[in-house]
Amino acid sequence: MQEQEIIEKLTEVIKTYVEDKSVLEGITPETHLVNDLNINSAHLVDIILDTEEAFDIEIDDESAEQMLTVKAAVDIVSSKLSS
Amino acid sequence: MKRVVITGMGVVAPNAIGLGPFEQAIQQGVSGIRFLPDMERLKFACQVGGVPPITNELLGQYFSDLTLKQLQAHGIRFGCIAGIDAWQDAGLSYPVEKEGQPDWNAGCIFGAGMSGMSVIRSGIYKVDEGKVKRLGSSLIQQTMPSGVSAHLSGILGLGNQVTTNASACSTGTEAIVMGLDRIRQNKAKIMLCGSCDSYGPYVWGGFDSMRVLCRKFNETPEAASRPMSESAAGFVPGSGAGALVLEELDHALERGATIYAEIIGGYTNSGGHRQGGTMTAPNPVGIQRCIDGALADANISPDEIDAISGHLTSTMGDVLEIKNWSEALGRKGSNFPKINALKSMIGHCLSAAGAIESVASVLQLQKNFLHPSLNCEDLHPEIADIIDPNCIPREKMSIPLEIVAKSSFGFGDVNSILVFKSYKS
Repeated sequence: MQEQEIIEKLTEVIKTYVEDKSVLEGITPETHLVNDLNINSAHLVDIILDTEEAFDIEIDDESAEQMLTVKAAVDIVSSKLSS
Repeated sequence: MKRVVITGMGVVAPNAIGLGPFEQAIQQGVSGIRFLPDMERLKFACQVGGVPPITNELLGQYFSDLTLKQLQAHGIRFGCIAGIDAWQDAGLSYPVEKEGQPDWNAGCIFGAGMSGMSVIRSGIYKVDEGKVKRLGSSLIQQTMPSGVSAHLSGILGLGNQVTTNASACSTGTEAIVMGLDRIRQNKAKIMLCGSCDSYGPYVWGGFDSMRVLCRKFNETPEAASRPMSESAAGFVPGSGAGALVLEELDHALERGATIYAEIIGGYTNSGGHRQGGTMTAPNPVGIQRCIDGALADANISPDEIDAISGHLTSTMGDVLEIKNWSEALGRKGSNFPKINALKSMIGHCLSAAGAIESVASVLQLQKNFLHPSLNCEDLHPEIADIIDPNCIPREKMSIPLEIVAKSSFGFGDVNSILVFKSYKS
């Protein structure tokens, strides 16, 4: 899967948990899910579950804790897909 | 002791959603009881019930897509819709800013029964499959008993007491009694009180197995709920929510709120499963003491009650209820107050019943009418022995009302009674 495709799919997953969709316009690899997108931190668990489902992968606890920025999420998904 | 008035109401009922449509439905005697194919498929003896006609369009008016995804519990959805409606109806600001402080003087006592049953079910399957990890963040907030009051507090920014009570079919009425006490004691200025419950086979199965549900009217759903009728054959399960904004009188006057009615008294007690009372049957002494307690709290004499919104579930208990009221008030024949049963239209909405029926009581008091009590053409002879049949409106009745009592009784032998009075400035 190309990185661009991963980003698009991930954005779809993340979008669901963003109340104010306008913040999605300025999304970059460095965008922080909680600080920049105002995602309720309790929903990070749901984002991880939805990501596992969307890509048919399993995200271990250690990786899950790192999934706080768009770039981190993309890297984790990429590495799981290639392993 | 502070005086307490009602300044806003909201309702989600099987026969109508929203205060205006609900008033119209109860005036016209519109039944919300339908045949439910799921119950037939699952071999329920009772295949009829009351489910509020919620649409996706309506849900979209109250909840964001994200909230809807995280809030699948039907009962909590009903409670939030009724609660938001009551809040807006009271002229309180909505939507409420997410920034800043909550309103420290406004709280919520919102009762619940099995409001998150469908969510519990899907969660149990995941756990049994070894997929506990997949439960996600929203299971607890939808299945904890206080899920509904927790959601409402967040939506409305409530900073006073926020809790959920549970006393089976007495829940909604009890919630209002508890809110009344809190404002009277000057611990809050506004209490959003009400109750909600869910629907469906998982909520209602236990009642079907107990043989307390109506199983003789599956072909004629609208005739199934027949309180006070000789052919009453068990209660018809219903669901929904009712909500009332209780407010300290001076606070309401200061902000120029519309006042629907005053709550002049309320009482709750239990028959303690003694003197004929059991888990499922009421101790008559307990009920009569509850009536006495409510009258004393309201400081009125038994003769002052114009009408009673009964608990009246369409079971054998109806006769006992009329008998208890008659003995406690010392009134019989044509001297008995008028009495009607909202359950004849919407079924028994379980934990939601007391709140929905309180909304109906207050509407009748404020607009000076009594809604028809359906399906009691064949009045039970033991009821006819106690009260004049004309005490029961079969058609909508226009009548000046000063004081209306609302009673609710529940499994566990628990009782709650409220006394509403028309408010004149």
